Amino acid sequence: MQQLWTALFTIVLGILCAGLWFGGSNWCLDRILPARGRTGAHSSRNIALAALVRPWLFLGPSILALGLYLVYPVIASLWLSFHDKSGQRFVGFANYRWLFGDSGFRESMGNNFLWLLVVPAAATFLGLLAAALTDRIAWGNLAKSLIFMPMAISFVGASVIWKFVYDYRAEGSEQIGLLNALVTSAGFEPQAWIALPFWNNFFLMVILIWIQTGFAMVILSAALRGIPEETIEAAVLDGANGIQIFFSIMVPQIWGTIAVVWTTITITVLKVFDIVLAMTNGQWNSNVLANLMFDWMFRGGGDFGRGATIAIVIMVLVIPIMIWNIRNARAEVRGR
Amino acid sequence: MIPATRSPLAWAVHLSVAIFVLLWTLPTAGLLVTSFRDKDQIAVSGWWTALATSSQNLVFRAPEGEGEAAAEGHFTLTGNVFEAGVGTVSAFGFSSKAPTAFAPDTTADLPGGVSLSVAEDGAFTLSAPESFKGKRGQRIFYTASVAPRFTFDNYLSVLRAEGLGRSFLNSMTVAVPSTAIPILIAAFAAYALSWMQFPGRSLLIAMVVGLLVVPLQMSLIPLLTIYNSAGQAFGFDPKSYIGVWLAHTGFGLPLAIYLLRNYMTGLPREIMESARVDGATDFQIFTRIVLPLSFPALASFAIFQFLWTWNDLLVALVFLGPQDDKLVLTGRLVNLLGSRGGDWEILAASAFVSIAVPVFVFFALQKYLVRGLLAGSVK
Repeated sequence: MQQLWTALFTIVLGILCAGLWFGGSNWCLDRILPARGRTGAHSSRNIALAALVRPWLFLGPSILALGLYLVYPVIASLWLSFHDKSGQRFVGFANYRWLFGDSGFRESMGNNFLWLLVVPAAATFLGLLAAALTDRIAWGNLAKSLIFMPMAISFVGASVIWKFVYDYRAEGSEQIGLLNALVTSAGFEPQAWIALPFWNNFFLMVILIWIQTGFAMVILSAALRGIPEETIEAAVLDGANGIQIFFSIMVPQIWGTIAVVWTTITITVLKVFDIVLAMTNGQWNSNVLANLMFDWMFRGGGDFGRGATIAIVIMVLVIPIMIWNIRNARAEVRGR
Repeated sequence: MIPATRSPLAWAVHLSVAIFVLLWTLPTAGLLVTSFRDKDQIAVSGWWTALATSSQNLVFRAPEGEGEAAAEGHFTLTGNVFEAGVGTVSAFGFSSKAPTAFAPDTTADLPGGVSLSVAEDGAFTLSAPESFKGKRGQRIFYTASVAPRFTFDNYLSVLRAEGLGRSFLNSMTVAVPSTAIPILIAAFAAYALSWMQFPGRSLLIAMVVGLLVVPLQMSLIPLLTIYNSAGQAFGFDPKSYIGVWLAHTGFGLPLAIYLLRNYMTGLPREIMESARVDGATDFQIFTRIVLPLSFPALASFAIFQFLWTWNDLLVALVFLGPQDDKLVLTGRLVNLLGSRGGDWEILAASAFVSIAVPVFVFFALQKYLVRGLLAGSVK
């Protein structure tokens, strides 16, 4: 209980500090460079100077936090990836050489590529399907809410939910996992799904697809609604059927949004860690990069050099999307 | 939109949406039902049979002579094999080799002159020429159909015994300041980036967009190193709540600035300009006009950040550590998956303790969440 008071106290303290910083620094600026100077020239010089300084007072705390928590770590990780486990001794490319020879890394990389191929595609496709279907019916909003709901559940919580679906009891005893119950009632043998090498990857992917479909659905549904009515009416007049309209008229108009959804889910996939840790912890050939990195961070006292090297690999995979996003954002700002 | 026509196609749409919804809710529903079931029933039957009467093979161990009655050199011990709840016995036995050897209401002769009978309602009578005291209680095997039983015991036991209550407080402690602090500092930055002119502005905006996708994994090791050396230099525990709050602040800032800037740039220029003509400073314009108008965007981000910090495992695990008294709900859940892997009554109830808060927030504030999602995905 006491720590909760500490937390509340911290919030109040934080608000006070922020108020003190933002309010105080602005007040000081107004005192040092008053807008009403002794002469007209003096005032306009003051106003210009204050306008030069003020943005940085507003931005200061954010730039400090972004710099310390995101920019510096990128540089430091790069630096660490050329050093040994304690981060003291320079080792050149030894970590990278180790990485590409390591079977654990190759397995994780292979699995990650599998995840990258399947999850964004499946979640985007299912999201598009759900959006198109729910937009046509009266209880569509309720259906949307329910499909969207897994977004609120943590990866770990979702893992527990699905581990129960995949639960395995020895053949002959009553299956309490839904999947094995279905399989046995269809006359097949029950399987320990998450312990089946290679295929278990797909059973883990189902969890992320289950979570991300709602996200894709919400964004794509908004995009579908934004399509101008005239284009659809024209197609109807020309005698196109529903499926033709959907794939030839509607989908091409929302390619941009589909790409955004796809890349956003791709980023999530690259960072996926909790699901693998909770379901298999990388056993049965199901490891992925983020979990491998976590492993190396703490295994045997921690190897920061190798951990950082794996982090760099994840970063390199993200960079193309990052550049694409920045270019799009700049184009949008210019277009305003 | 195309109007759904009254045709086979129309109800094909209804049907496919129904299947969608079923697939998306069934896994959660299964665990929710399980969390309220009796733990003996969970282990022997699927959750979809929760409402049906289940037939189970059970074992009961008679007490060691407590409550026995002695009469004419004969000792009898009576009781009921159903410790709680009611059921119907369909067969019983006294050894694991033949657990269903006898029909109810018949008498079984055990070695040593002991006789046992079990009635349909579970009442049993053991009689023997010697006292039952000092011997191990007789095991009674029986097959019974047990009525469905729902209980809050699972929740009570995880909150008390498994440390879930403690973890709930820890999660709250992590999530609330981690949501509040970034909003405070991001709002000012977003205002500067949307309504102030200064050199380097577009570069900063591009940087924020770039940082949106930097994987968390990059930051872990360098920050851990900083925390450790700062902790050593100034003599405090490097694994503290303050460390986690600041880390969540740093990681949440790009999205916060991006969302709020997108919203603030859309505010009408005339309001700002007329305020400026009236002599308002930037600080006044921000606190009196922009901040109140930006409430929807602030709410969107707050929900995002709360869901994300409440559901986070990685940051809490790295910066708060895996010690028992500092575990957040997600960390506790991972531990339970390891240590109580097959005990679904524990896992189900624990999972729902951790899911309850975000799902409540989700359904209560869905409108803002959707709005934020639409503004936040880089267009």
